[in-house]
Amino acid sequence: MSNPLSLYIHIPFCIKKCHYCDFLSAPAGEETQREYVRALLHEIEYWGKLLSGAPIKSVYIGGGTPSVLPEELMVEILCKLKKSFPYITKIENTAGKKKKSHVSEAEPKGKVPKVAEPEISMEINPGTVTEKKLKAYSQAGINRLSIGLQSVDEDELKLLGRIHTYEDFMETYHMARAQGFSNLNIDLISALPGQKLESWQDTLEKVLALKPEHISAYSLIIEEGTPFYETYFGHEELLPDEETDRVMYALTKHMLREAGYERYEISNYSRKGKECLHNLVYWQRGNYLGLGLGSSSMIDNIRFRNTDSMKDYVNYWSAGNIKDSSVIGIHGKTLLALSDFEEHTAKEQERYGNFQKAHVIPNICVDIKSLSQKEQMEEFMFLGLRMMKGISAKEFEEAFGKSIFDVYGHQIDKYKEQNVLTVDERIAFTDRGVDVSNMILADFLLE
Amino acid sequence: MAGIDQSKIRNFCIVAHIDHGKSTLADRIIEKTGLLTSREMQAQVLDNMELERERGITIKAQTVRIVYKAKDGEEYVFNLIDTPGHVDFNYEVSRSLAACDGAILVVDAAQGIEAQTLANVYLALDHDLDVFPVINKIDLPSAEPERVKEEIEDVIGIEAHDAPLISAKNGIGIEEVLEQIVAKIPAPEGDPNAPLQALIFDSLYDSYKGVIIFCRIKEGTVKKGTPILMMATGAKAEVVEVGYFGAGQFLECEELSAGMVGYITASIKNVKDTAVGDTVTNAMEPCKEPLPGYKKVQSMVYCGMYPADGAKYPDLRDALEKLQLNDASLNYEPETSIALGFGFRCGFLGLLHLEIIQERLEREYNLDLVTTAPGVIYKVHKSNGEVIELTNPSNLPDPSEIEYMEEPIVSAEIMVTSEFIGAIMELCQERRGVYLGMEYMEEKRALLRYELPLNEIIYDFFDALKSRSRGYASFDYELKGYEQSELVKLDMLINKEEVDALSFIVHKDSAYDRGRRMCEKLKEEIPRHLFEIPIQAAVGGKVIARETVKAMRKDVLAKCYGGDITRKKKLLEKQKEGKKRMRQVGNVEIPQQAFMSVLKLDDK
Repeated sequence: MSNPLSLYIHIPFCIKKCHYCDFLSAPAGEETQREYVRALLHEIEYWGKLLSGAPIKSVYIGGGTPSVLPEELMVEILCKLKKSFPYITKIENTAGKKKKSHVSEAEPKGKVPKVAEPEISMEINPGTVTEKKLKAYSQAGINRLSIGLQSVDEDELKLLGRIHTYEDFMETYHMARAQGFSNLNIDLISALPGQKLESWQDTLEKVLALKPEHISAYSLIIEEGTPFYETYFGHEELLPDEETDRVMYALTKHMLREAGYERYEISNYSRKGKECLHNLVYWQRGNYLGLGLGSSSMIDNIRFRNTDSMKDYVNYWSAGNIKDSSVIGIHGKTLLALSDFEEHTAKEQERYGNFQKAHVIPNICVDIKSLSQKEQMEEFMFLGLRMMKGISAKEFEEAFGKSIFDVYGHQIDKYKEQNVLTVDERIAFTDRGVDVSNMILADFLLE
Repeated sequence: MAGIDQSKIRNFCIVAHIDHGKSTLADRIIEKTGLLTSREMQAQVLDNMELERERGITIKAQTVRIVYKAKDGEEYVFNLIDTPGHVDFNYEVSRSLAACDGAILVVDAAQGIEAQTLANVYLALDHDLDVFPVINKIDLPSAEPERVKEEIEDVIGIEAHDAPLISAKNGIGIEEVLEQIVAKIPAPEGDPNAPLQALIFDSLYDSYKGVIIFCRIKEGTVKKGTPILMMATGAKAEVVEVGYFGAGQFLECEELSAGMVGYITASIKNVKDTAVGDTVTNAMEPCKEPLPGYKKVQSMVYCGMYPADGAKYPDLRDALEKLQLNDASLNYEPETSIALGFGFRCGFLGLLHLEIIQERLEREYNLDLVTTAPGVIYKVHKSNGEVIELTNPSNLPDPSEIEYMEEPIVSAEIMVTSEFIGAIMELCQERRGVYLGMEYMEEKRALLRYELPLNEIIYDFFDALKSRSRGYASFDYELKGYEQSELVKLDMLINKEEVDALSFIVHKDSAYDRGRRMCEKLKEEIPRHLFEIPIQAAVGGKVIARETVKAMRKDVLAKCYGGDITRKKKLLEKQKEGKKRMRQVGNVEIPQQAFMSVLKLDDK
């Protein structure tokens, strides 16, 4: 496999669920965490064998709160990654040179051929990290941290169900800098219940003073199955009205631009060159493999995801039976027994390309779907347009062998006229377009 | 059945106010006479359309012949003709009654006489039927049989002291009803050897047999081979089969003679040839004159019906064609709307009839429909002397060409308990009613008589009546005629474009109010777009009301979860799906629901 690959690793644990959170995550004891990591290590090893040839563009360790894991477990995960995917290159060079790895042995000394340094991000939350942990992360190769702050206001933090104070955050932030982390993101949420514009402005000002490399600023979404849903669904009057919400959004964009941040995606801002590479892979439809509970993958236009069931996941992988004879292969939506799989026609092999060698496990790998060209075009549009630079007509034509204007001319014309799209070599949202992006993107789904 | 003794035949129907238990009693009679065992009975045998069962009303007349062995030891043949139970079908009811010699009046022991009780019983008495009452639901805690008996005697003036006290639901007192049928309903008369004279009270299309004529033989005899003539339509045919009605099946017999009720088939292709109320006679030896009472069925209410998916237009046409085979009162002709594309202007007996057809199209033919606001037929007198019968508001000529317009008026009877008289009078006032009078039926209940424009009552009058009387008022009406009226066409403009399918005719005094409420309603129905949408109501080009659908401010999924794009896609798909149910008018997407919103203007 020669196409670049990104890896996502899911850590489904946290100290306590936040009131707005519907991520796959829950508090768990250390025993559960260890069991999970053991299974995860096996899964990493398994996929490494199948896809070891791919250059790794980025790694993202998300959650939950990955930093709740004891640091030795996190280090183990990273070691296993490096071992299984040797093209995670130059980890040692960025994180110091304490430990040897298999990769460094293979590398020539002195002048190294220029290989882009992979971005290795990890999410952390204040209240779960110590200096010792941060040091271990850095040594293990993590070169980007994403810190969940959400708000600087103590009442708002309480309302959200966060476990930390603003002070906790400051401590974490300075510790991370002290450990040499030079690429930091801060997560913020606007349009909180009862939030005033001044309060949001205060959050932005305090965060900007810290000069992080990257800021993610979302406006709150009330998700089903969360305590917030119980309280606020059908009671939208308790939330900032649409107008306030949009003003917050505009304020964010304005203040961040003044401070030298560029909005490169609907909710993401960064200093030049500090965009989150991993996120861009999603919008640009690069290959990514999700490891761990419930994580999603897309490889060579086949999408699938891991089971949400902790029990199934751990049972299957902790056995470590990587050569399990029950392993089966992908054939569009149909799962074939391995023996049948090998009897694929040449045409099918061509279609599935590199992926034909990847094997998927029933009940563990689920929702397997080989995307049709129509679906690929739709994704190209609705994912690509999330980026402020938009999409390239040329890339569309290269990917699909037809002009974007033949497929989407009607929509593009209509929305250009309504001033929500700009059309040039690239097609992108205007500011107004971003605000109402869903109703436009829906129109790019084909019949 | 040949040679049956006329004196042993009883032709009757059951009349009642809706929900007083007419169909249930019919079922019990059938069950008791042993035509079906109760195990075989599906509740309400006679209402055999799925829709009829669901709504608990009879839409098409049903007939069944049963044999009853009476206490006098004799066997009697009962022909029970179940009549439609709604004011929309008044004419059909009258023809069914004309086929009977007597009627059972069912009155609810708790509710007593209601508007339809009166309307139906008067209709029966008008046809010289002998009517005897039964008091139903006597097992209800609130039953007051003695009071109801008195009421029947006082109000209707028929004897009620020996009325059977029954519970049709629980099978109490049915024997007594059967005995009274024998005793109180007269046997038919008529000469089997006279020239044939048979009344058509219904017909049905069967793909094998052609039209099946339901008829009552008044004079003469009909059998296989008889050349017949339908006197009003002039259609001729030769009889292929005659028979009578079993439970849910047709049983062939040799002949039908005076006094009998049965069916005739004669390879007739179209129910339009066998109009309800027409007289069947022998083409070679016709009777002197047709039976009285025939009327050409006329549609009272019109609306546009369009397939939600334009490509389904041929399907809708086929479905209407098939429904019309069995329903001569359904009219349709193609029309085109700028907003809704190709569809049909359909005529109905009334709003219930409209709803039934609409539901049957949706259920039996799987069609998704957009229906425009129902309207009545207006008579437009043009200055050049021409008179147009207007069924589609879009076809209203330019006001300068109009001399004057007329609208249909009905005489309505509303029965209500005294505490609600004020509220109901107010309602009638709002609906441009002309008060004719009020009679007290008893201390606490009054019968209000009004003249009302039909277009004021077709949509929601009944609902308004119920809600303002806490369900106690009942209502009946009949068409009285046309009267001159100050009518205007109200146009709706969405984003400055007139939407033809939303136009309607309204009295000039109500135009402002209706226009305002229409704007409000459409504002609720039309989703926000990328741009601001003005909604205006206009009469003769002059805007009389306006609302604005503000431009969408925010519709953005801030967070898109890492690699899991399925949620995002589902959300967009849902949004896209919503758009499919919209109609594009200019730049604006109008939900199909909006076209029916005129119907709900009175939701308060």
